[in-house]
Amino acid sequence: MATKSKPSAEAAIENGADTNGHAVKVPNALEFGFSSKTYQADEFTHEELGLSAEQLLAMYRNMLLQRRFEERAAQMYGKQKIAGFLHLYIGQEAVSTGSATALNIGLDSVITAYRCHGIGLALGMEPNVCMAELFGKIDGCSRGKGGSMHFFDAEKGFYGGHGIVGGHIPVGGGLAFAHKYKGDGGVSLTFFGDGAVGQGSFHEALNLAGLYDLPALFIIENNQYAMGTASHRAFADPDFYKQAIPYDMPSALVNGMDVLAVYKAVSDHVALAREQSQPSLLEIRTYRYRGHSMSDPQKYRTKEELEQKKNEDPIIRLKSYLMEHNLSDNDALDAIDDEVKQLVLDAVEFAENSPFPDLDTIWEDVYVQKDYPFIS
Amino acid sequence: MAIAVEMPKMSDTMTEGVLVAWLADEGDTVAPGDIIAQVETDKATMDLEAYDDGVLLKKVIGEGEAVPIGGLIAVLGKAGEDPSAILAKYQGGDGAAAAPEASEAEVSTDATPSAAPAASGDGAATASASGGRIKASPLARRLAQEHGIALGSIAGSGPEGRIVKRDVEAAMSTSAAAPATAPAPVTTPAVAAPAYQPPPPIAVTGSEPAYNAVRISQMRKTIARRLAQSKYTAPHFYLTIDVDMDRMVEVRKQLNAVAEAQGTQKISFNDLITKACAAALKQHPEVNASYLEQEGEIRQYHAVHIAVAVAVDEGLVTPVIRDVDQKGLTQIAEETRALAAKARDRKLQPQEMEGSTFTTSNLGMFGIEEFTAIINPPNACILAIGGIRDVPVVKDGAIVPGKRMKVTLSSDHRVVDGAVGATFMATLRSYFEEPMTLLL
Amino acid sequence: MPEMQLREAIRQAMVEEMERDENIFLIGEEVAQYNGAYKVSQGMLDQFGEKRVIDSPISEAGFAGLGIGAALNGLRPIVEFMTWNFSFVAIDQIINNAAKVGYMSGGQFKTPIVFRGPNGAAGQLAATHNTSVEAIYAYFPGLKVISISNPDDAYGLMKSAIRDDDPVVFLESEVMYGLKGEVEVDPERLIPIGKARIAREGDDVTLVGHNKSYWVAMEVADRLAADGYSAEVIDPRTIRPFDFDTVIESVKKTNRCVIIDESNPFASISSEIAFQIQDRAFDYLDAPIRRVTAKDVPAPYAKNLIAHYMPGADDAYEACKKVMYV
Repeated sequence: MATKSKPSAEAAIENGADTNGHAVKVPNALEFGFSSKTYQADEFTHEELGLSAEQLLAMYRNMLLQRRFEERAAQMYGKQKIAGFLHLYIGQEAVSTGSATALNIGLDSVITAYRCHGIGLALGMEPNVCMAELFGKIDGCSRGKGGSMHFFDAEKGFYGGHGIVGGHIPVGGGLAFAHKYKGDGGVSLTFFGDGAVGQGSFHEALNLAGLYDLPALFIIENNQYAMGTASHRAFADPDFYKQAIPYDMPSALVNGMDVLAVYKAVSDHVALAREQSQPSLLEIRTYRYRGHSMSDPQKYRTKEELEQKKNEDPIIRLKSYLMEHNLSDNDALDAIDDEVKQLVLDAVEFAENSPFPDLDTIWEDVYVQKDYPFIS
Repeated sequence: MAIAVEMPKMSDTMTEGVLVAWLADEGDTVAPGDIIAQVETDKATMDLEAYDDGVLLKKVIGEGEAVPIGGLIAVLGKAGEDPSAILAKYQGGDGAAAAPEASEAEVSTDATPSAAPAASGDGAATASASGGRIKASPLARRLAQEHGIALGSIAGSGPEGRIVKRDVEAAMSTSAAAPATAPAPVTTPAVAAPAYQPPPPIAVTGSEPAYNAVRISQMRKTIARRLAQSKYTAPHFYLTIDVDMDRMVEVRKQLNAVAEAQGTQKISFNDLITKACAAALKQHPEVNASYLEQEGEIRQYHAVHIAVAVAVDEGLVTPVIRDVDQKGLTQIAEETRALAAKARDRKLQPQEMEGSTFTTSNLGMFGIEEFTAIINPPNACILAIGGIRDVPVVKDGAIVPGKRMKVTLSSDHRVVDGAVGATFMATLRSYFEEPMTLLL
Repeated sequence: MPEMQLREAIRQAMVEEMERDENIFLIGEEVAQYNGAYKVSQGMLDQFGEKRVIDSPISEAGFAGLGIGAALNGLRPIVEFMTWNFSFVAIDQIINNAAKVGYMSGGQFKTPIVFRGPNGAAGQLAATHNTSVEAIYAYFPGLKVISISNPDDAYGLMKSAIRDDDPVVFLESEVMYGLKGEVEVDPERLIPIGKARIAREGDDVTLVGHNKSYWVAMEVADRLAADGYSAEVIDPRTIRPFDFDTVIESVKKTNRCVIIDESNPFASISSEIAFQIQDRAFDYLDAPIRRVTAKDVPAPYAKNLIAHYMPGADDAYEACKKVMYV
């Protein structure tokens, strides 16, 4: 496996790299010495990226859906409809939406950590089953067994929602391994937070990906706090994109508050993986507005810092872009917001009306074997 | 302050007692030493004395009820006093008669001091019984329940007296065959309800049940337990001799002629046999012994205390004649008569049945020619005595009438080997056949 | 029936299955070019090439997790740990990912993967290299755990493990790799997971022992036979799901049980077996269940100490006599 056997570009394109209706630009030549790229905010226009107005509006709607979904989820947590952990993604929606837009959903694989609502919805999971999962109901995506941290959707190639920081990163490498082994042209995206970089599993996974030339993207969603610890307090060098160096893979630093920059960066590196079976590492700098979890008093940052970041809000940014480029107007965008809000209210109603799991379901899904003799 | 009257421990092997009869009524004033009730133990019916002054406030149990040692029987106190505090204290899982730990300890300290061999030899059973909790393996419990065998009637052979499967199986097999040492048929009328669920009746004719349900008495339980334990744990072997009794018959005739003249107690063959055994045992201490597994030793006793099996209505008892080797025939005869009478009247005191080193059982009067007996633990041996027969014998070349008697020694092979037993029997034969030596 | 070593039987099973199904691959330290640290995978690189027989760096968490991801995405990996002692740096992968993704996803995903390697003590290797892991992994619902004692079981159970759609922890033994035995070779010979083997029938006491402890049990049974007692010996073969039914049926017959288990005693497999017996066969017990285990300490180095540490036939023999009250 250590030998480099790369699928041809033609084969990859045949396998449907273009299903989202846009052209994927493959960089002509990337230097595999250390040449980290940057993807700045406001650097890219939709024309350059080959994105239509409809696609931009879909991205806008997608981000707004995540935002409204989580706002409502927070309310439902307060109403004790949702319990346990509820890690909100609000503020980071450009990362999920930008990435999902760059993927061949269904072929490619995505795996993430416990802050998983955003990417799940970005990949097209139904708000109904997502809210029902938060409510712990039988119609939830994981039949009420996973909760907030464990969204999964096999159809969308979404491998979860994982609770142990860094624990899923080697699994993401394995998803890529299988794509390469099967030669199906798929790639894997592994999302994780800045805190996971301190885990050994991150380094082991990147080493194996680099060693075996796996078609994998490792995406650090650097929201700058590992729970309450600012990254400069946890890492000797918080410039995480440099972590690609020992693993012989390209990396890039991306502004995660601009969905177009994220889309561009992920597209470029997905293409690398798909065309050349070249793994890479993206550090996407983003910001979460909410606390780490619902119980986080957020004493580790100032209100001013938070307010300043909110000025960079990815949804407002895209809204401004759409209006500035005369691709939409206030009324149309408000209509999208209204539609999304109603969708989320419907999801709450769906979740409310869904029954709790039958107690007998506790024995289901532990084993594929149907007649496993549990100790009871 | 009201006072609890508890079931006392009245014998070393007693685990519970049945209150046979109340001799005082509620409201009666009693003083220390007054007999307030009679209690049937595993060995005898005993008087229950009051140890305190007071009024009998409450009879906690009725006649016929069994109570474990330390269990509450009655409450004494001042007239009009409320017994409920005491009743509450004793209230337990097993009802009003349950024994709390503390009072139990007191009772056991007051327990009749027993002769060493009897107490120690029965270690396993004592351990099972102590504390009122019978140690038994789960399997043994289930088997016992299924076969209607009371665990209290079984001696445990496992660690710390735990009753295990083999003990119950032994009890099951001995319950089928009556022990040979029980000479009298059981004639006790049915009393009260059966102590356990009887097996389904095999055949029913009309409305008559196909059997008589006989309550298992304390004595019967003890017999069952001790003999089952003996037969199971002591590997028995048997030596029979046929002895010439001509001289014994002669000597007895002469002795009784003297006794009649002097007005003293007549001597029975049994008395002579007892005396002969004592003389032989004195010469063979290895037979006058006990196998004490828990102590890790075999004890060879200096004293010769011979238990004599006596049939009584409900079974049999074994009163002990002490220091037989040091007693004359008349004294042996007198003591044996006295003890037998007390046994039949159920007046034997526990200490009169404890401490034997050897046992004899005589079924000769029932026309039994010979039989084998089950060893009376913790003895090493028991002698089963058959009847004296008139038989033709060859003497000086001529067939003449003669008298013969068969005796069979059952020996615990853990203590007594074949040759040892045989040597003892040879000595015994010499005393039977030359009885004058007994008088020396 | 051909006679083969335990390592050959395991290899035979892997080779047959890999010939049958292209989605099966083997990954681990030294499995390819070096032909396996214990030569279990000898010749497999030559037969299947480097796509399917893959040397990994010393990176247990990495390659265990990689295997899990590959399994979730349609492959059937065999992941070799050079010894199970090294699995502890990968334990999060096994217990949180392999065992739980199926459940947490409401049954959307399965993880058909075999983790295999030698388990338990192997002499004077000291504390970190002598661990018995069966109780640790069997603790986790979602995993299956197999521990084999002979080449034939190894062959049939390895094939079943590879074909099973659930993650399987497969425990071998360094000191038994050279053990020879007859193997009933047949591409479709699958020994069912979760079925114990009654290796020897008897009436007086039930002996339970898996992996190396099975052989201790057989020795004890021989000694008891010489004394006139017949012991029933059960090799559980599968630790999870454990075939309690077979053990309990046996105990109902013998009324007593001695468990031999080279794990440390606390919260071990023997604890669970004993619990199940008292729970389900309480009224059949004529004696407390006894067990003979490793000492409740880390494995020592010195020759006499490690010998003392291991559960031995002498102890097991005495335990049997104790429960038989003889």
